[in-house]
Amino acid sequence: MSASGKPVLEVRDVTKAFGERQVLRGIDLTVREHEAVALIGASGSGKSTLLRCIDLLEEIDDGDVFLDGEVITDPAVDPVGVRRRLGLVFQAYNLFPHMTALENVVLGERRAHGASRAEAEEQGRALLARFGLAGREDDRPDNLSGGQQQRVAIARAFAGRPRALLLDEVTSALDPELVGEVLAAVRDLKQEGMTMVIATHEMSFAREVADQVAFLHEGRILEQGPPAQVLEAPQQDETRRFLSRLLEAGRA
Amino acid sequence: MLTSPGWPEVRETFFNWGVFRESFPEVLGGFWLDVKLFLIVEAAVLAVGLGLAVLRTSRAPAFFPLRLLTVVYVDLFRGIPTILLVFLVGFGIPALRLSGLPTDPVVLGGIALGLSYSAYVTEVYRAGIRSVHRGQRDAALAIGLTDAQALRHVILPQAIRRVAPPLLNDFVALQKDVALISILGPLEAFRYAQIIEGETFNFTPLIAAALLYLAVTVPLARVVDRIGGPEGVVR
Repeated sequence: MSASGKPVLEVRDVTKAFGERQVLRGIDLTVREHEAVALIGASGSGKSTLLRCIDLLEEIDDGDVFLDGEVITDPAVDPVGVRRRLGLVFQAYNLFPHMTALENVVLGERRAHGASRAEAEEQGRALLARFGLAGREDDRPDNLSGGQQQRVAIARAFAGRPRALLLDEVTSALDPELVGEVLAAVRDLKQEGMTMVIATHEMSFAREVADQVAFLHEGRILEQGPPAQVLEAPQQDETRRFLSRLLEAGRA
Repeated sequence: MLTSPGWPEVRETFFNWGVFRESFPEVLGGFWLDVKLFLIVEAAVLAVGLGLAVLRTSRAPAFFPLRLLTVVYVDLFRGIPTILLVFLVGFGIPALRLSGLPTDPVVLGGIALGLSYSAYVTEVYRAGIRSVHRGQRDAALAIGLTDAQALRHVILPQAIRRVAPPLLNDFVALQKDVALISILGPLEAFRYAQIIEGETFNFTPLIAAALLYLAVTVPLARVVDRIGGPEGVVR
């Protein structure tokens, strides 16, 4: 779409190891305003770790991450302030089980962004309704399907009006028939112009929603470009191998 | 039991209705002290235990010395038999003859019980905090909460709910162990029962005291069942 938009997120030569295991080996990635970047690659290729590093849930070993041109990975930067400007949706939803759907969505607004209860709840109800959850405000996560839980989680991450939304395989834990409703929510945000980084195994979705696709392999981005290029005419052997494996598994 | 050769004698010395009726009011009077002390110590134990558990599970490097102290505290006071702690605090502190330190045996006994039980309760809370999946903390931080807010709004509410049954279990244990302060002299239920027993050479007052403890601990046990969920309830 808009390769000319100004960069919201810039990842520069980021490395990360867990003990002996080198998970990220020098990642460079730019995500521009209103752009959706899909991260594809096998499990263990570093997609989740990259998202967690951007949201400062993991400390990187080397490199820099910039948000709106400011470095956020400097130890002097307050991670709480950075996370308030980003949204992260987890594969396993990670809803707060002791709270209702509405309470999940308003907690950040009230405690992190200082909204009044009335203000936060009004916004929370509107968000839940927007994602097809009107009438489920007072349900606890236990009483919601996986697809509903993940939509609550998306509403929760979006409630703080983040500069960018990070989606970590948000459909991987779902039964196949529930995937569509969650993807619809993401599509909706994309149409609104939300800047997004989407780690996903759903190739057809990546093709449809993403402006850029980045293929991660063993902690490096081997190939990056528009979906038509990366998914239809991959240049790298590893990318071709990955895509044909997905094809065999009926996921592409 | 009722047909055993010693039964008539046991009935006379343990289950003597006349002695029971006579001793009950005095034992009951002493029992209020037990209940009062129990409530105060329990409240303190819950608060201190929670504070220590939070310190012990915190990750901030700045808290390292405090974390170490909590480990020492728990090891020390959980490792010493409660009755020994009651002795040491109850007789040791007054022996120091320092002004400003309490000398009332009830207070000293309460402190000893508090030290012992807060060490246990710290570990119960800690187990609860550790049982909350780390994804919960991640999610709380991801929406922009501080570490303290994540603890307060997300982790502790879940942790405390999970450990409510074992916490109540410690309630029941403390309610009984309050009788240990009798060795310091305060006139609580067990002490009264012993005095009357000494005067009458009849053990029935001890039965009266036992019944009073049961009157509190059995309902508490049912509350534990209720909180533990339907599988805990005897049907």
